[in-house]
Amino acid sequence: MSEAHASHLHQFDSPEQQRESASLGMWVFIAQEIMFFGGLFLAYVVYRNLYHDAFAAASHHLDLRFGAFNTAVLIASSLTMALAVHAAQLGHRKVLVSFLIATIFLGSVFLGVKVVEYHDKFVHHLVPGANFQFEGPLEHQAEIFYSLYFAMTGLHALHMVVGVGLLAWLVYAATRGRYTPEYYSPVEMSGLYWHFVDIVWIFLFPFLYLISRH
Amino acid sequence: MFENFPLFPESASTLSGRVDALYIFLVAVSLFFSLLIAGLIIYFAIKYRRRSAQDSPKEIHGSLALELTWSIIPLGIAMVIFVWGASIYFSMRRPPESAMDVYVVGKQWMWKFQHTSGRREINELHIPVGRPVKLTMASEDVIHSFFVPAFRVKQDVVPGYYRTMWFQATKPGKYKLFCAEYCGTKHAGMTGQIVVVEPGEFQTWLSGGSGLSVVASGEKLFQDLGCVTCHKLEPTGRGPVLHGLFGKEVQLQSGETVVADENYLRESILNPQAKMLSGYQPIMPTYQGLITEEGLLQIVAYIKSLNAPSSTVTQEVSLK
Amino acid sequence: MTTNSSPKFNYLDVAYGVKSWLLTKDHKRIAILYLISVTFFFAVGGVFASLIRLELITPEGDIFQSENYNKMFTMHGVIMVFLFMIPAIPAVLGNFLVPLMIGARDLAMPRINLLSWYLYIIGGLFTIYAMVSGGVDTGWTFYTPYSTTYSNTHVIATGLGAFIVGFSSILTGLNFIVTIHKMRAPGLTWFRLPLFIWAHYAASIIMILGTPVIAITIVLLAVERAFHLGIFNPALGGDPLLFQHLFWFYSHPAVYIMILPAMGVVSELVACFSRKRIFGYSFVAYSSLAIAALGFFVWAHHMFTTGISAYAALIFSVLSFLVAIPSAIKVFNWTATLYKGSISYDTPMLYAFGFIGLFTIGGLTGLFLASMGLDLHVHDTYFIVAHFHYVMVGGTIMAYLGGLHYWWPKISGKQYPEGWARFSALVIFIGFNLTFFPQFLLGYLGMPRRYHFYPEEFQVLNVMSTAGASILGIGYLIPLIYFAWSMRYGKAADANPWAAKGLEWETSSPPPTENFLEQPVVKEEAYAYAKEEPEVV
Repeated sequence: MSEAHASHLHQFDSPEQQRESASLGMWVFIAQEIMFFGGLFLAYVVYRNLYHDAFAAASHHLDLRFGAFNTAVLIASSLTMALAVHAAQLGHRKVLVSFLIATIFLGSVFLGVKVVEYHDKFVHHLVPGANFQFEGPLEHQAEIFYSLYFAMTGLHALHMVVGVGLLAWLVYAATRGRYTPEYYSPVEMSGLYWHFVDIVWIFLFPFLYLISRH
Repeated sequence: MFENFPLFPESASTLSGRVDALYIFLVAVSLFFSLLIAGLIIYFAIKYRRRSAQDSPKEIHGSLALELTWSIIPLGIAMVIFVWGASIYFSMRRPPESAMDVYVVGKQWMWKFQHTSGRREINELHIPVGRPVKLTMASEDVIHSFFVPAFRVKQDVVPGYYRTMWFQATKPGKYKLFCAEYCGTKHAGMTGQIVVVEPGEFQTWLSGGSGLSVVASGEKLFQDLGCVTCHKLEPTGRGPVLHGLFGKEVQLQSGETVVADENYLRESILNPQAKMLSGYQPIMPTYQGLITEEGLLQIVAYIKSLNAPSSTVTQEVSLK
Repeated sequence: MTTNSSPKFNYLDVAYGVKSWLLTKDHKRIAILYLISVTFFFAVGGVFASLIRLELITPEGDIFQSENYNKMFTMHGVIMVFLFMIPAIPAVLGNFLVPLMIGARDLAMPRINLLSWYLYIIGGLFTIYAMVSGGVDTGWTFYTPYSTTYSNTHVIATGLGAFIVGFSSILTGLNFIVTIHKMRAPGLTWFRLPLFIWAHYAASIIMILGTPVIAITIVLLAVERAFHLGIFNPALGGDPLLFQHLFWFYSHPAVYIMILPAMGVVSELVACFSRKRIFGYSFVAYSSLAIAALGFFVWAHHMFTTGISAYAALIFSVLSFLVAIPSAIKVFNWTATLYKGSISYDTPMLYAFGFIGLFTIGGLTGLFLASMGLDLHVHDTYFIVAHFHYVMVGGTIMAYLGGLHYWWPKISGKQYPEGWARFSALVIFIGFNLTFFPQFLLGYLGMPRRYHFYPEEFQVLNVMSTAGASILGIGYLIPLIYFAWSMRYGKAADANPWAAKGLEWETSSPPPTENFLEQPVVKEEAYAYAKEEPEVV
C-alpha cells in the first residue's frame, strides 16, 4: 500500500480522481452485494408467502432477545464506525483507532451471539440436513425456513467477518499514521461497507425473527 | 413437403396448421430482412469500395427520419407476431369442455398412461381421431416434457405440480412422442408414440382392457387408505365433505380463498396443513410416501367425480 | 500526437520472466493472460463439441455410453458459456483497450484486475477438476431436482467453478464502470466515446447486477445437494421452478454480456473500414443501454412450456419482442454507415460483415421463440440450439476474431498474414453455416436437444451439421497457428496500420506500459474521419 499523503496511485491523475474512483467503486460493489442478498430474499419471500404458518412456527424458535440485542449492537457499531470516519477526516489518529477498535468489538459481540444462536439451533435439531427435527406436520416447510435462515444469516455473518478483517487492517494502518485528512479513503470505503452490512441485518431481523409475534 | 427432404413434421392436430402458418410468416419476414441487409451490405461494399487511400467519404451523422422508420416498422411487425403467437398459445392453454381425460405419469425413463376406463398403456397412447383429449400429467421424479411434433404441442411435466395439455388429432396415424426436457441418462430413450385411430376402433380397443376405471381405482384407494374415516357425506365428519368440493372457491384458515382444483387436492393429500380449510383441526396425516403419483391421479379423479349428480353417493349433500 | 517510433520499452519488452507476468498490474499483460486462458478453454469446449458432432453422425449412440454423452454436452455448455463466451471479449479486448481508448494509463483498479484473472483460473481449475474426476451430466442449466437429487456426478464442484468465475466477471465489470466514469482523458465527453466503450459500459452493468444472482443460486444448489435440503425439491416442499426463475434471471441478461461487447467491436470495425463515423452514433449508444435494461425483464421466455401463468407469459413475450428492436436499430445503422463510405475488405471487415449477416439471422430466429404459440413447438429442440449458436458463434465469436485481427498489430506489434486470414474467415463462415443452419430444420422437424440417439429420419441433417463442424474446426485452427507464427515471424507493425481514428492508434504498437508518452487531449468526435489533417496534440 502506497504512502499517499499528497500523492496518488500511478493510474490516477490526482488525489481527487482516486478518491472519487474509490467511492464509485464501493457503491457499485454494494449494488452487486444487494443483488447477491437479493436472490436469497426473493426465495425467502416466495416461501414465506407459500408456507406462512410453517414459517411463523419455525420463526418462534428463534430467540427474539438475541435478535434484538444483536440489532442494537450493530446499530451501535455503525455509530462507532461513523465516528471513526469523522475522526479520520479530522486527523485525530488516536480517536480513529479507538472507534475502529470499538467497532471491531461490537462486530465481534454480534458474531459471538450468532455463535450462541447457531449452537442453540444445533442442540435443538434445527440445523437443516440429516439431523433436522421439527414437531408436527410442517417439518419440511420448517426445514426450508431454517435453510434460508442459515443461508441468509450465514452469508451476513461471513460479510461481518470480512468486515472485521478490514477494520483490523485499518487499525494496523492507522496506528502507522497512514491516514490523514487528505487521504482516508480506505476508512471511508470500509465505513460504507460496514453500514451496508448493518442495513442488511436491519432487513434480516424483522423478516426472520418478527413473523407474527404478538 | 419434399419426399426425401422434409421441412415440416406431419401436421396432425387442429392447431398444427396455425403454428405452421405463423412459422411460414416468420420465415418470410426473416428471409426478407436477411436478404435486405445482406443485399445492402453487398451492394454498398461493392459500390463504395475503396478506390484510393485518399478517399474522403462524406460525413453523415444520421437521420432521425430513418431511425424512426426502422424502429417503428419492425416494432409494428413484432407486435403482429406477438398477438398472433399469443392467440395460438391461449388456444393451446384452454382445453375444450368436452375433452376426453387421460392421466399421464412421467418417470425416468417412460411414460405411463391411464384412460378413465382404467386401461393402461406404457409409452404408447391410443386416442380417437376428431376428439379433444386432455392430458393431466404428473412426474414421479424429475422434470420431463411431453412433446408431439406432429401436434406442435409441448408441456413440461414438473414434479410437485399437475400440468395439463390438450390436443385434437385430425388424422389417424402413429405420431412420435418425445421427452423434451433433459432428465438423465436415458432421456433420449424416453420416447413413444401417439396412436390415433377411428372412434369405433378406439372404443373396441378400449374395451379390450380389464380392470377398474380410474374413478373406481380412486374410490378403492379412498377406502383402503382410510380417507373415508374422516371425509364423510355428512358435514359432521372430522374432515371436510368432498362431494361437490372440486372446482369451488374455498376459504382457508389463513383467510385467503383458493379454487379447489387438481393441484389443490394433490397438495392437500401430501401436505394437509399447507392450505387447510377454515373451521377444521390440523389432524390429517400426510400421505407423502404412501401413495404413488398414479394413485394420486386416481384419487383426484374420484374426488372430481363426486360432483356428478349420478355419483355413487346416495344422498345429495350441499356444502356450507 | 501520433508517433511511429517505438519507445525504448513497450509493455512486452519492459520485463521478462514468469513473475513479471503472473504478478503484473498492467492491464495489457492481464489481457494477454486472459487471451491465453480463454483460448485454452475454448479448445477444451471445442473438443467436446467435436465429440458430440462425431456421435451424432449416426442415429444410434454407438461411440459413447449415454451417461458420457450427457456429460459431454454439459461440459461443452459449461465451459463455453462461463469460461469462454462471458469473459472473451471483455477480458481480452476490453481489458486491453478500455484504458487506451479513453486515454488512461491503466484501469482504475489494476490489482483487482489481476485478481479477476486469478479467480478465472481458479474457477476454471475447479471445472477441470470436476471434468477429470468424472464430469457432470445435468446440462449447463442445472435444472432441479435432477441436479440436486438424482444426478450422480460432480455437480457441486462444477457449480463452485462457475461461482468463482462469476466473481471474476463481476470484478471486470466493476473496474470498467469506474474507469469509464472517472478516467476519461481531458475533452473526452460521453458522446465522444468510441462505441466500443459504450458497449462495454452497458455489458458491465449487466455483469454487476446479474452475476450475483446466479452466484447465490449456485450456492443454494450446492448447499441443497450437499445437505439434502428441500429448497428446490418438491418431495420436501420445494419448488423446481423457483430455481429456473433464479437461474434465468442471470442467464438471460448473460447473453447480452456476450453480445454487447461484440457489437462494440463491430462498430469500431465498420467505422474504420468505411472510413466514416457510425451512422446514428447516439442511437447506437443508447441502444446498448436499452438492451442492458430490457434484458433484465425477459427471463421467463425460457419457461413458456413450464406451466407459468399465461398472463405472465404474455408480458415476457411482449418484452422479448421489444428487446429485439434496439438490436435491429444497430444493424440498420451499421448498414447505413457503409453508404457512401470508402470500404476495404481487410480481414477485420470481413468478420464484421459476417457478424452483421449471421447476427441478423440469429436475432430474427429469436422472434420465432418470443412468440409463445410457436415456442411451444420448438422449445428444447435443435431450433433453439441453432438460434443461440447463430448469435453466439456467428455473432460474438466472429466479432471476437474480427477484433483480434484488427487490434493484433497494436497488441503484438506484428502483422498477421492477410491472405491466410481472409481464407480462414471464409472457411469459418462456410463451416459455421453448414453446421448450424440444418439444425433449424432439425428443430422444427421435432428433434429434441440433448439427445444421445435419435430417429433415423433425422440423420441426413445431422451428417450435414457434422460435416460443417469439421470445416469450422479447421477454420478456427488456422488463426491459432498464424497468430502464434506472427509473434516470431510477422512483419513489424506501425502505430496505426489501418489509418484508423481512436486514441489507441495514437501510441506505438505495442504501446509502452504507461500507454501514452504524453496525456492525450481529445478535441473531436469519435470516428472523425472527415477531418482533413490529424490534430497535433
